[in-house]
Amino acid sequence: MVQLTMAKALNEGLRAAMERDPKVILMGEDIGKLGGVFRVTDGLQKDFGEDRVFDTPLAESGIVGTAIGLAMRGYRPVCEIQFDGFVFPAYDQIVSQLAKMHARSRGRVKMPIVIRIPFGGGIGAVEHHSESPEAYFAHTAGLKVMACSNPIDAHFMIQQAIASNDPVIFLEPKRRYWEKADVDPTAMPDPLEQARVVRSGTDVTLIAYGPMVKTCLDAAAAAEEDGRSLEVVDLRSLSPLDFQTVFESVRRTRRAVVVHEASSFVGLGAEISARLSEELYYEMEAPVLRVTGYDAPYPPSRVEEEFLPDLDRVLHIVDKSLEY
Amino acid sequence: MTVAQPAADPHLIQLLTPEGERLHHPDYDVDLTDEEYRSLYRDLVLVRRIDVEATALQRQGELGIWAALLGQEAAQVGSGRALRPQDFAFPTYREHGVAWCRDVDPLKLLGLFRGATNGDWDPEETRFALYTIVIGSQTLHATGYAMGVTKDGAVGSGDVLKDEAVIAYFGDGASSQGDVNEAFVWASVYNAPIVFFCQNNQWGISTPAATQSRIPLYKRAEGFGFPGVRVDGNDVLATYAVTRQALDSARTGQGPTLIEAFTYRMGAHTTSDDPTRYRLSSELEAWKLKDPLERMKAFLFKQQVADASFIEAVEGEADALASRIRKGCLEMPDPSPMVMFDQVYEEMTPLLRTQAEEFATYHAGFAQGGAH
Repeated sequence: MVQLTMAKALNEGLRAAMERDPKVILMGEDIGKLGGVFRVTDGLQKDFGEDRVFDTPLAESGIVGTAIGLAMRGYRPVCEIQFDGFVFPAYDQIVSQLAKMHARSRGRVKMPIVIRIPFGGGIGAVEHHSESPEAYFAHTAGLKVMACSNPIDAHFMIQQAIASNDPVIFLEPKRRYWEKADVDPTAMPDPLEQARVVRSGTDVTLIAYGPMVKTCLDAAAAAEEDGRSLEVVDLRSLSPLDFQTVFESVRRTRRAVVVHEASSFVGLGAEISARLSEELYYEMEAPVLRVTGYDAPYPPSRVEEEFLPDLDRVLHIVDKSLEY
Repeated sequence: MTVAQPAADPHLIQLLTPEGERLHHPDYDVDLTDEEYRSLYRDLVLVRRIDVEATALQRQGELGIWAALLGQEAAQVGSGRALRPQDFAFPTYREHGVAWCRDVDPLKLLGLFRGATNGDWDPEETRFALYTIVIGSQTLHATGYAMGVTKDGAVGSGDVLKDEAVIAYFGDGASSQGDVNEAFVWASVYNAPIVFFCQNNQWGISTPAATQSRIPLYKRAEGFGFPGVRVDGNDVLATYAVTRQALDSARTGQGPTLIEAFTYRMGAHTTSDDPTRYRLSSELEAWKLKDPLERMKAFLFKQQVADASFIEAVEGEADALASRIRKGCLEMPDPSPMVMFDQVYEEMTPLLRTQAEEFATYHAGFAQGGAH
């Protein structure tokens, strides 16, 4: 058991994956000597060499496009996109090529590629450094989309994503990079595509992923003092989405609130709400409610705390759910 | 052999004039056997015949669309035959001639344009990637693949029969795409064993090459740090010689080359296009005089490498091939709708499994004449 930040837990996960399989290579901007702007790849070039951990030209489409070719050659590239807002130059390669290659080739061409993206806000950054692009990717057939919320999951999920033969968009909540937890590298992880009830409760289910899991856990702790019992589900995998775990929880609590930093309109919350209404129409006591970023561009950082869901906004909507 | 008039463009590498005269070039040459010369001609004829038959099948409603290669046979056969067996090619959607050289059954190409498949050949087995429809995307895939070749140590051993190289096809229109320019940067800085083969057929649908570039395309390579050459794309011998040399340069570890094959799209962009709206018939007439098949035939006759009976035999073979692909196209079954759900992922996700089951039940209801 060792105490690690999420950044270090990812680093250790990458190291373990590279030790396990010589075809795993890391590529991205400033990931070599610098170790990445968040230091997630710190020391890996030194230990594994420039052939397996290499800095790329500053061109995101190039990163993903060449990763596709490397995968066709038998490699398992792990691409780092420096910030969420910089993934869009690679959007065409991800959506039109990476996602479709397996189906296009009738399964002959595997795309074991992981695209790591630090995502979400809360770090006082300038424009394009606080985006939550998950819905774009979850909407695209052929991609898998993962979001870790804590160091333990980060450590194992990155290894599982690398072992997957499907392309994975791997979202890392950047404001949680420095949170710590005790990680046991020998532990047996949950299946990658399984959601997890991270706090049990009876009154309302909070459904979250990535950075908002901690916010929801904090909200649940605060609610307990007011005599309210909130259950928290960490989705972990956004596509495919483990609806069974969500349904089982909401079947018990009969109320659901989805929480994410991304805007509400056509977001993950909308999908989860639709599925819950199809599955549990007669069992729910309240409509599925959402706590999300507003449907506006991410604001300048001096006001980002007002844009992002926080403990108070979550509890405010929980109250609303309980009023039905 | 005679030393004929130099080509009008002194930078255009040509080994065969439109009249079928052999030229010599200080840097590029071919010395093929009579059988190999005849074989190149046969390729040109068969590839054109596939193309003509496919166009006809589209006109008769059997294909949704067809992207004709008419006029570009020499560029494709010359470069395709320059590939060594271990090389890997990344095509656009018009490389029917290269597909032929990689032993991809023409019916697989027709299946794509009929809408029965997305290609369905085995890229690994044929060493020919699936057609890429988005313009320029495949140049990055090719570059990445070539980087992998280097990582595998499959370059620079000195054994041209073993060392590998990669070729990326694209056109004059694609030269404006960011992906193509990124591919140039990456191939250059990683010294990747790749040949960028640009068929400048003068037109991107209705947009002339002049709208894509103010300088000849082959000159762009210099700015990226690797050599660029312009070859007569209607000259199968020159295209073969230039591509073979560029591939061998790449496989020996000398990095990328850009080849601009100067050619002409004799037909429409696709069967949905109408070129009479944007280009002059006089231009087409001028290019007809540079036809890649006619000049090779003239060469064969002049060299007494072939006679009328050989030409006749090739025509007979082309007729049989056309007949086979026509029959195969007409008999091609539509895929089961259930293939929609297959192979989206390595294992079907619960969501897809549910949808596939619901669809199967719904679909079966029609077969049973059930009410909907």
